[in-house]
Amino acid sequence: MNGFFHLPSDLQNTWLGLVGLHLREALLPVLAGLVVALPMAQLCVRFRWLYPPVLGVTTVLYAIPSLAFFVVLIDYTGLSETTVMIPLAVYTLVVLVPAIVDGIRSVPQETLDAADAMGFGPLRRYVQVQLPIAVPAILAGLRVATVSSLSLVSVGTLIGNQGGLGNLLTDAMFYHRPMLAVNSVVTTAVLAILLDAALVLVRILLMPWMPRATRAKRTRADARPEPSAIALEDAAR
Amino acid sequence: MIRIDSVTKRYPDGTVAVDRLSLEIPDRSITVLVGPSGCGKTTTLRMINRMIEPSEGTITLDGVDIGKQPVNSLRRSMGYVIQNAGLFQHRTIVDNIATVPRLLGWSKDRSRARARELMERVGLDASLAKRYPYQLSGGQQQRVGVARALAADPPVLLMDEPFSAVDPIVRKGLQEELLRIQEELGKTIVFVTHDIDEAIRLGTMVAVLRTGGRLAQFAPPAELLSSPADTFVEDFLGTDRGIRRLSFFTSETLELTKSPIVSVDSSAEEIASRATPEAPYLLVTGLDGKPLGWSDPGDLAAGEIAADRLLPYGRPFEYGKDSLRAALDCAVLSPTGWAVAVDGTGRVAGVVSQQTIGEAIRSAHASGQRDEKVAG
Repeated sequence: MNGFFHLPSDLQNTWLGLVGLHLREALLPVLAGLVVALPMAQLCVRFRWLYPPVLGVTTVLYAIPSLAFFVVLIDYTGLSETTVMIPLAVYTLVVLVPAIVDGIRSVPQETLDAADAMGFGPLRRYVQVQLPIAVPAILAGLRVATVSSLSLVSVGTLIGNQGGLGNLLTDAMFYHRPMLAVNSVVTTAVLAILLDAALVLVRILLMPWMPRATRAKRTRADARPEPSAIALEDAAR
Repeated sequence: MIRIDSVTKRYPDGTVAVDRLSLEIPDRSITVLVGPSGCGKTTTLRMINRMIEPSEGTITLDGVDIGKQPVNSLRRSMGYVIQNAGLFQHRTIVDNIATVPRLLGWSKDRSRARARELMERVGLDASLAKRYPYQLSGGQQQRVGVARALAADPPVLLMDEPFSAVDPIVRKGLQEELLRIQEELGKTIVFVTHDIDEAIRLGTMVAVLRTGGRLAQFAPPAELLSSPADTFVEDFLGTDRGIRRLSFFTSETLELTKSPIVSVDSSAEEIASRATPEAPYLLVTGLDGKPLGWSDPGDLAAGEIAADRLLPYGRPFEYGKDSLRAALDCAVLSPTGWAVAVDGTGRVAGVVSQQTIGEAIRSAHASGQRDEKVAG
């Protein structure tokens, strides 16, 4: 394990520094994706005809390789973190939009009727009734988006040391130090597991109102492939 | 008073849900809207709190057109109870009940105190306050629904098939509870159901609607049973409306007899003197005056009572409190054809034969029809 945390100087960063950079590049896009996905999903719920085309567009965007994004974006945002984060944010939409739409649609009609009958306005009903009840499904989507984003950051190394822990991979080849590659992979995996566990914990703490036995069934997003499966798939791209 | 004045609801596709409906819903009483599915009863209810806007006609509340009132404050002044309760699954029971007070701007503490008060009123244990809806049974959830509707003390309560999703025993309990609460609070309740039994049980006035949203009859339940307006209402009431109608007549008019009643310690001569051809069975009572069972004429001939060979007496009815329907039911269930009447403490007040009950029914019907003629 000697030299595990001893990084080449061209990275101009410590191991912890790279972890911080990696987390920032992975999580900011998820946050941005959530901010965009919430109103998009609300529009899709409101205007049903909008949902299939939106789903189609997000899927097509997801199919565009990040390298292609970089080629276009470099002219505008240069060799920066932003260039890495924009495609990552776009990719989260394919998971987050359906998760939020499913969540909001899962609110029972009689609950909505009751809210109307008690004199909730549309905005109050959205914020106080629909959104809270949709949170478990949204969190399930966030778990997938977060882990997937975490594994995708590494491509940033292609535009010059903007890949967080992924930068170790190029250095491993360059300096013939395979331990650096192991470091990169293991650290990314551990981060993914920790973040996923944190989101599960948030759900348990914030949602005492969900029947435990049926939690997995209630949120359709949970029925999707395990986050790790998607992460592996992304790493292969 | 809620006044529905020739209201029509027509949807863009041409379907007419409610057709020129006019109703006057009296204050502080339960008005039931009943009818088959597609008769527009729920639509009518929802037009009262403007969840659906009428195409034609007006609805007034105490003389004010509800169409001219701000919709959210109108809704907050009317409690609404829905099938399956429609509770907020992400809020505790106490916070569910406190919803409307919070919307009205009450403080959190005051709203919760009020919510706890209502939990007691609807018969919910205080220990349930911090639970979530999924932890409650269907019947308990429905009680929470009623408490939530009552929270801001609205003068009007709208109930949309509130008890149809629970099992019959729980439903009966909830109906009794509603009648009890209504006696205490005296709200103006509009109650929608497809169950005619429920309508007759709860309603002060019952509006029967037919498919297509037209009013078939609007009358108190007893009148509905005695003189249905047409064959539709008659069919809807079912084949046993004659029997059902008996629940509106008191058993007080029955002439009870005490002659075929003996105590368990009676002498042989007394027993022999009591048995008659009209009443061959004798009812044996315990030393406390409560019924034990009917004694067989064959055993009586031997001049003594075989306490271990008594016939069951079925279910007794409470004289004066239960209806003629209950008395008739007791007589039908009794193996001897005689019904046992008891007083409030369960002691035998007398016995009555099916024949006597039949006479009482005939005279009750006759006087009932006279009353209606006077009222009409």
